[in-house]
Order: sequence, then structure tokens, then C-alpha cells
Amino acid sequence: MTQTTTAAGPEAQDRLQAHFDGVIAHDRRIEPRDWMPDAYRGTLVRQIAQHAHSEIIGMQPEGAWITRAPSLRRKAILFAKVQDEAGHGLYLYAAAETLGVDRADLTRRLIEGRQKYSSIFNYPTLSFADVGVIGWLVDGAAICNQVPLCRSSFGPYARAMVRICKEESFHQRQGYELLLTMMRGTAAQRAMVQDAVDRWWWPSLMMFGPPDEASPNSARSMGWKIKRHSNDELRQRFVDMTVPQAEKLGVTLPDPELRWNPERGRHDFGTPDWDELKRVISGNGPCNEERVERRRRAHEDGAWVRRAAAAHAKKQAARQEAAREAGQDAGHTGTGSGADGRETR
Amino acid sequence: MNQDWPLFEVFVRGKRGLNHVHVGSLHAADERMALTHARDLYTRRNEGVSIWVVRSSDITASTPDEKDPFFEPSGDKVYRHPTFYDIPDDVPHI
Ligand SMILES: [Fe+2]
Ligand SMILES: [Fe+2]
Repeated sequence: MTQTTTAAGPEAQDRLQAHFDGVIAHDRRIEPRDWMPDAYRGTLVRQIAQHAHSEIIGMQPEGAWITRAPSLRRKAILFAKVQDEAGHGLYLYAAAETLGVDRADLTRRLIEGRQKYSSIFNYPTLSFADVGVIGWLVDGAAICNQVPLCRSSFGPYARAMVRICKEESFHQRQGYELLLTMMRGTAAQRAMVQDAVDRWWWPSLMMFGPPDEASPNSARSMGWKIKRHSNDELRQRFVDMTVPQAEKLGVTLPDPELRWNPERGRHDFGTPDWDELKRVISGNGPCNEERVERRRRAHEDGAWVRRAAAAHAKKQAARQEAAREAGQDAGHTGTGSGADGRETR
Repeated sequence: MNQDWPLFEVFVRGKRGLNHVHVGSLHAADERMALTHARDLYTRRNEGVSIWVVRSSDITASTPDEKDPFFEPSGDKVYRHPTFYDIPDDVPHI
């Protein structure tokens, strides 16, 4: 499905580029079979793959609490939430595959540490309050990041984001409700919530990436309308959104510099520890090894299932083929009939 | 043996009275598994009443560019549109 630029002569090349630029300038969408510059394709593959990996790895910190959820209600909610994150990963891998890459290959690159995922998932979940804080802050930050991506210039990515954003609101609300419940509980429960907020606040701000001046590719992505807002702008939006929610909840955000600035009409806030972000991104966060190792094990442990299913499918197909050659009706294999009830074969 | 499952495209009918609409793709070993995966992946919140899956390799597509000559036959046939015809304002119900 991919098209390369090599076949076209220089004039044809200019025409293709001009058409592409026009589509971007008019805020229309690029679709998979359209011509696109190699760098645009490469940037998208990297960004969508990283995004997909983040959803998949992101199942682990919360997934660790499924078996220890304090009630059946919380367990069912957490299960559904983690399952959604698996779905988000799959929507995004599907979007990446429209660019001519292969999901199995992307998984390999993740496991081999050749592709990254969001730094936030390299922190441990120490108490059940972390589940609530992740829903509130981490999914909240993800919403800030993802809502503008619904208008991203690449059609499949934008459509995947629309689907994802519809589901994120449940994630954030279940987290906030969990925290409200704990805050109405004992002093020890309130302390757990505050402790979780203290640990997750700064890593949540780092989710938006390095500051604009240290993010050289940002401008190019914005020119292509893959990205719609700078890292710092999105971070600011997140802070402005979250401060009143923290007040209602009755927790303190661990930033002495955080205050309302009436001139700007926005909050001033402190600087995240960018060295920490660098450390965690480059593999030296508290849980990097554990996360990738767990993903690798799951992938390898599933290998026999994938092989068995493929072998079964092959056998079934051969049987159907043989039955067809023998002139029999193969419609009772359970695959069902085709579109509009017409028999497929 | 290749253990990578083939790619399927998924089409979902959102509710009765609507067409099936393409929603994305997924990998599965065969058609039956593609259907159950499609249910789990694309209809976790009652987004559909009916699902079609088809192997991506079985889809034949037109070339991408909308200015492509493929669509030209319809480009110059303005008379296919109701607005092509001038009808006096005082003719009712038309
Ligand atoms: Fe997600
Ligand atoms: Fe989420």
C-alpha cells in the first residue's frame, strides 16, 4: 500500500509535493494511499508507534492492582479501563500499519528497546490511591494531548484519536471518583491520596515532553499539522485545568511556585526536573526494565497460541478447500455467511 | 510457518438503518477469530449491531488522488444533480 517517491521524475515530484502541501494548507486530511514526503511518513510512524507502545505498556502499572482491588465494583471498573488501554494500543497499531509498517515489527522494536513509550509508565504504583491518581492526572494529561490530535492531518491517526478520546473521559472520571471516595474516608486514606499526588504530579507534567526550546522536531510536526499545539502550551492547559480539580478534591499540588497569575489569566508553575525526564526516557527510570521485560515475556509466552491459531486456520482452510472441490456445501463451518446474508462460498 | 496473523478490515453497522462503515483493522488467524476480535475491539460500548470483516488483501481500491481520471466520468455530468434544473419558485413540492 505504500508509495515511494523514487519512480517520479523531478517535475512529477514537485507536483506531488505541491498537492500534499495544498491538502495540509487547506486543513484537509492525508490518507494512507496519498503521496506523502518520506519524512512525514517517518515522523508519523515514530509518533504513532510510540503512542501505541505507551497504551500497551500503560496497562502494567494499573493492571498490577486488578487482583488487589478493594471491591468487586472497583475491580470491574479497573478491568474495563485496562482493557480500553489495550484497545487504544490496537487502534494505534492499526493506524501505523496503514503507513506500510508491520505490527509484529513494531512490537519487536519495543521489546528490543529501539522504540520508546511515554516516560510516565516507568513509575511504580505503590498504593491503590495511585490507580485513582493515574486516572485523574495521567489520563487527564493524555486527554489534553489527545484532543487536538483528533484533528491531526493524517486521517487514520485522527480517527483513532476520536475513538480513543471518547473512551478517555470514563478513565479520568473513574479515577477522580475513586479519589473523592478515599478523601471522604479515614485520615490514613486521605494521606494515601496526598502521597500519590505528590509522586505523580511532576511526572504527569513531563508527559507533555521537553520544553519547547528543547524540542526541535515540534515545529516541523506543527507545520505538517500532525501536532496542533506546542508541548509548553499543552502543559499550561493541563495545569489550568487541574488546579481547580485539586482544590475540590482537597489535595495540595506539590509545587510551591504554583499560583494564579491574573495578568496572564493562567497559572504560573515551577519547572519540572528535566534531567529526571531525560534519565527516565533513556531507560533509567524506576521501572523501565521491569516494564519492557514483562512485555517481552508476555509476547514470548503467547507465541505458541499465535502459532496454534495459525495452524488451526490453515487446517480449516484446507478442509474447506477439499470440501469445495468435492462439491459439498462448506457453509456450515461457523464462519457465517457473507455481506447481506449472501452465502460466501 | 508464519505465525503472524493476516490483516482484516472491519466494518460496523452502528444501528439498524445505517450502512456498515469502515472502523479500522485488526489481525486474526481466520475470519471467525477476526469477528470476535472485532467485537471486543470495536464494539465494547454497543457501537454496533452487525460486523463485517474482510481480508485486507482481498480489497481492490481505486487510486488515491481525488483528481484522478477514474472519477472524471462523473465530474462533467452536472445534469445528474437536482440543482442543474431551473424551476420557477411558485411551483410547489419540487
Ligand atoms: Fe489510552
Ligand atoms: Fe486512558
